[in-house]
Amino acid sequence: MKLRLLKDSIAKNLSRSLLIISLSVVVLIIIGLALKASPLLDSVNLFSILTEKVWSPQKGNFGFLPFIMGTLWVTFISLIISVPLCILAATYLVEYASDRLRKSVLPLMNVLAAIPPVLYGVWGVLFVVPLISEWIAPIFNVSTTGYSVLAGGIVLAVMIFPIMISIMVEVLKTIPNELKAASLSLGATKWETIQKVVLRKAKPGIIAAIVLAVSRAFGETVAVLMVCGNIPKVPQSLFDAGYPIPALIANNFGEMMSIPLYDAALMFAALLLFVIIFGFNLISRIILNRLEEHA
Amino acid sequence: MSNINRRLRSEKIAKILMQISGISITGSLFLIIGIILYKGLPYISWEMISQSPQGGFYIGKGGGIFNAILGSLYLAGLSTVLATIVGIPIALYLNMYVKKGSFLEKSSKLLFDVLFGIPSIVYGAIAFSIMVWLGIRASLLGGVITITLLTIPIVVRTLDELLKTIPIDLKNVTKSLGATTWETAKVLLKYIKPGIFTAILLAFGRAIGDVAGVLLTTGFSDNLPKYIDEPAATLPLAIFFQLSSPIPEVQGRAYASALVLTLIILIIVICTHILASKQKKHKI
Repeated sequence: MKLRLLKDSIAKNLSRSLLIISLSVVVLIIIGLALKASPLLDSVNLFSILTEKVWSPQKGNFGFLPFIMGTLWVTFISLIISVPLCILAATYLVEYASDRLRKSVLPLMNVLAAIPPVLYGVWGVLFVVPLISEWIAPIFNVSTTGYSVLAGGIVLAVMIFPIMISIMVEVLKTIPNELKAASLSLGATKWETIQKVVLRKAKPGIIAAIVLAVSRAFGETVAVLMVCGNIPKVPQSLFDAGYPIPALIANNFGEMMSIPLYDAALMFAALLLFVIIFGFNLISRIILNRLEEHA
Repeated sequence: MSNINRRLRSEKIAKILMQISGISITGSLFLIIGIILYKGLPYISWEMISQSPQGGFYIGKGGGIFNAILGSLYLAGLSTVLATIVGIPIALYLNMYVKKGSFLEKSSKLLFDVLFGIPSIVYGAIAFSIMVWLGIRASLLGGVITITLLTIPIVVRTLDELLKTIPIDLKNVTKSLGATTWETAKVLLKYIKPGIFTAILLAFGRAIGDVAGVLLTTGFSDNLPKYIDEPAATLPLAIFFQLSSPIPEVQGRAYASALVLTLIILIIVICTHILASKQKKHKI
């Protein structure tokens, strides 16, 4: 008996320490990034780092505005494409589709979620970029190589489809049938019920899904890097090249050693990403957990 | 009631819009796979997948991507094993030892959810700077550590979802027979066995496809990976490098490599799906 209790307490303590170690990784990351980024923050103030337009590490100019704007452009484009599509498709799956259709579409979303970023990048280079340079840009009388924030936005939109759809479907499922029945019995059509009851009630969950997708989009590196053009200038239009923050880190890590403050600047970029994404994730997870508890 | 026709018409339009969005979203999946198949098939050959790069590989001469396939399998395999070894006890601890609804349980689960969302480039950046600080060069080991950190949250969260579905009776019956918590945990593990493989496969899939974390920590090498402290090639990175080459043959190899990666991912997804449906039927 003693042996068994001993085993139990060993297992308990071992797994507890594993838990503590793996959670302390978060703290470790924050401290490490902050320490590494501090030389930059010591020599330039935070406000000017975030608002300066000029990025030339050799001359000591570390303006992050082009990268912040690049990230915002691609994220915003991807949201414009994917949010309406996902809300409509998720509503259809929950409210109209047959069980069979739902059961065959949702696994396909898992496949889409499992495709690695680099394959999205290959697809972007082979399909989206030529599509933009040969078909979309000529409509607006623009000539472009196709490597643009628009291409990045389209690729990202497809990448965040699965996470948005699967969470939105879960959220829409939690809407009580009584509410829908009440609205239908008052003579509202199904579509009116969806607009005025279902979507309104599901709003916090839908917002949480969007925030989660945004944080995914912020951090996406390679797929966007492959199609975005990577020119450190603030993009002025859909067809301009952009340079998102993660691409900046990925492209320059090898060569940063020789230039002073360069590594601090890249670490600052990583810290920026981490803080923003951590915050966004935290908010949306709290909202979603609360919804789950009430359901 | 005179406007009922208008209202019904708007219902019809909405429904069509919904169908179009559904079709375009599912269509995008087939578009991606279709394009990779279409571009990759003409270039795929046995030489591609069975040989390492030979001299002049990157200007279009002989060789293949076997080094990258093997490197990726090593990397993903090792880190998945590590993540499983760490992840299973954590998931069990959170479900068996910690009181339900306690602060520790809730906040740890929340934190793992959040960690799940942290992009791999951040893990890669921090791991890279730690490696520079310790004086370790880019190597398979560095990649394994980075990817393990990346996949632990996946294992923990997937197993946690599974453990939650176990009927409480099973737990109570085992305990009432005099089993310790640890012995009960072993019984529960048996119950969710197919699900554990699902979690492992999910982690493996994420690990094998990751680029950003590997880019900074694992380096690249034309040799077959032999030692853990040497740089190793990985499949996603091979695709990435080959695609940026201006030479058509090399680009063609990128398409073929992409096809190989797609097939690996599809196999993983199909296995996951089969295991998940097995879990539904799996009862003791």
